[in-house]
Amino acid sequence: MDLSYTPAEEEFRARLREWLAKVLPSLPPKPSPDDWPGRRAYDLGWQRMLYDAGYADVHWDASPTTRLIFLEETEKAGAPYVGANFVGLLHAGPTIAAEGSAGQRARWLPPILRGEEIWCQGFSEPEAGSDLASLRTRARRDGDAYVVTGSKIWTSHAEVADWCELLVRTDAQAPKHRGISWLAMPMDAPGVTVRPLRTLAGSTEFAEVFLDEVRVPVANRVGEENDGWRVTMVTLSFERGTAFVGEVVACRRVLGEIAREARANGRWDDSGVRRRLGRLNAEFRALWRLTQWNVSEGEASGGVPGVGGSVFKLRYSRARQELYDVAAEVLGADALDLERGWVLDRLSSLSYTIAAGTSEIQRNIVGERILGLPKG
Amino acid sequence: MRFQLTADQRALRDGVRDVVARIFGREALWNAVDRGGGLDRGWWRELGAAGFFSLRLSEAEGGVGLGVPEAVLVFEEAGRALLPGPLVATHLAAGVVPGAATGEVVVTAVGGGGLVEWLEEADVVVGEVRGAVALRSVDPLTPLHRVPGADPSAGLDDLFVLLTAAEQLGTAVRACEAAVQHARTREQFGRPVGAFQAVKHLCAELLVRVEVARAAVYAAAVTVDPVDIAAARLLADEAAVRGARDCLQVHGGMGFTWEADVHLCLKRAWVRAERGGSITESEDLLARELLIEAG
Ligand SMILES: Cc1cc2nc3c(=O)[nH]c(=O)nc-3n(C[C@H](O)[C@H](O)[C@H](O)COP(=O)(O)OP(=O)(O)OC[C@H]3O[C@@H](n4cnc5c(N)ncnc54)[C@H](O)[C@@H]3O)c2cc1C
Repeated sequence: MDLSYTPAEEEFRARLREWLAKVLPSLPPKPSPDDWPGRRAYDLGWQRMLYDAGYADVHWDASPTTRLIFLEETEKAGAPYVGANFVGLLHAGPTIAAEGSAGQRARWLPPILRGEEIWCQGFSEPEAGSDLASLRTRARRDGDAYVVTGSKIWTSHAEVADWCELLVRTDAQAPKHRGISWLAMPMDAPGVTVRPLRTLAGSTEFAEVFLDEVRVPVANRVGEENDGWRVTMVTLSFERGTAFVGEVVACRRVLGEIAREARANGRWDDSGVRRRLGRLNAEFRALWRLTQWNVSEGEASGGVPGVGGSVFKLRYSRARQELYDVAAEVLGADALDLERGWVLDRLSSLSYTIAAGTSEIQRNIVGERILGLPKG
Repeated sequence: MRFQLTADQRALRDGVRDVVARIFGREALWNAVDRGGGLDRGWWRELGAAGFFSLRLSEAEGGVGLGVPEAVLVFEEAGRALLPGPLVATHLAAGVVPGAATGEVVVTAVGGGGLVEWLEEADVVVGEVRGAVALRSVDPLTPLHRVPGADPSAGLDDLFVLLTAAEQLGTAVRACEAAVQHARTREQFGRPVGAFQAVKHLCAELLVRVEVARAAVYAAAVTVDPVDIAAARLLADEAAVRGARDCLQVHGGMGFTWEADVHLCLKRAWVRAERGGSITESEDLLARELLIEAG
């Protein structure tokens, strides 16, 4: 067991730190949550800066340890979050890198890295959430295109996305897991309608997407026809396995800020508050260690993260909610003021035990696939 | 960074697992319980011969020259087997108290809460035990004395806390394995109870707590940083105590009997949680670190 870094890795860290210290002060102010064009420009702009400085490909090409250092340093420095680039950088991109053809990789990966194109995830449907494989959006083959009709829901960042990783049913007769295909759909294709949905935090974080006879080239299919469920498992393993790791560091930074606030407003003197802060510190420290463990394990076995990501996600999603509950305890009455920091984050944190597979579903996965318990 | 067991570490763990299973399998565990305590000096010496206590001593001192991570793996196995005795105190005394390293001498120490384990069986005691009063110990395999007026966390060194956490991790692993085993085999309503989500989800949470605690304990073994150790003990205590309770729940009425192993896990976990010192103090240390880091 080794937690030390090589000289090359330390040098990477030092260079990155220096760069962050230089560029972060010059960033434009963060756009408001409902300013979608502003958010798109901001998130892509940050990705472009990373690209120009040579850090863009860190999510895919760098060694997992280098990626960890990158996430640790950017989050510690309070650099912008991947934001609208989330799907492209953290799961569509890695999926295409793992499963796409050479042509597909050449077409889609560079624009993601250069901060030119945003992706969204069209998996869930109104009638197919946890039971994702029961999805109904149909794709009928017509020459060199699929003609897609149906609807998707909870599609994060749909309003600003250029591409959608879309799951469609290409064989209605096959058993439900067998008739699915994974397509890359341009969001500006005729027949695509996006209707924003308002979240409980008040913003329009996600949307409903209606698909009416949308033509998607057959060449945009990643993986074989009707083999989309397997490709989907690859996507979900990235989503659960690696997409959240940087946020653990961010949570510890926030925890430190909460502690400082508590000291400033006197709540620190309450030993109950202090104990909760201490416990959460233990929690996020341990989650970071678990991340290092999982990354090392992945490095040894190569490539796609395993179901261990579900173990991480279960604990992390709960800890993140507790973090903002402690923030509320420290803020007291101010926790009811939407103008105060952490209040919106508290609301957002409620999605963590739902999005990317609910905690109940993750427990099923851990129980059945790791512990080998019988299916219910 | 390669935060995984090395091949040597895996071999060590497997070897220790075999030794411990041989000298203290389920039958020996129950024999010890039925005997009502008493330390078996024979297998204490066997542990000594296997290098259990001398592990971290240099070869010149008659040890194996291994480090804290290896000791943690060994104590995890001890915790998994519910091996009784003042193992941590004797291990820490190796090289200091003659005979401790080989298992000839049994050493105990004053732990958290002013508790002393195995006082009457021990040859040497570390710490002041004048006026110690015997308790009727909740754990049938850990006789306890209490030193009145002792400072609850005084003199607890970090390794003592860390190795205790490693034992907790092992017991948490045992509880998880036992729960899963029972859930797979016990049938009700015509199917294994593990097919029911309420039960499956208890098992899944058992594993989650084990894995998070494992990462924390192993990392603390590598860094030996006091704050890492404080975090590790909090998570390992939780994994063991909550794990044993949930395991008991999964066993149903069987879990509430003396014959099931589960209560032995829970009671030992309670004893060790106290041995690691004040939980409030660990939490406070971690809270204060937040301010130090934030500046
Ligand atoms: C903020 C946010 C962003 C999202 N972004 C996207 C996105 O970009 N793209 C996308 O495709 N999807 C997205 N989702 C959708 C998300 O993946 C689904 O909401 C989630 O998988 C749950 O599906 P559902 O909402 O239909 O709930 P349901 O499946 O209807 O679940 C309702 C309740 O029943 C429980 N339940 C269901 N089945 C079982 C079972 N077998 N065992 C035990 N309990 C069960 C659930 O745990 C839950 O408590 C997003 C969701 C949120 C909240």
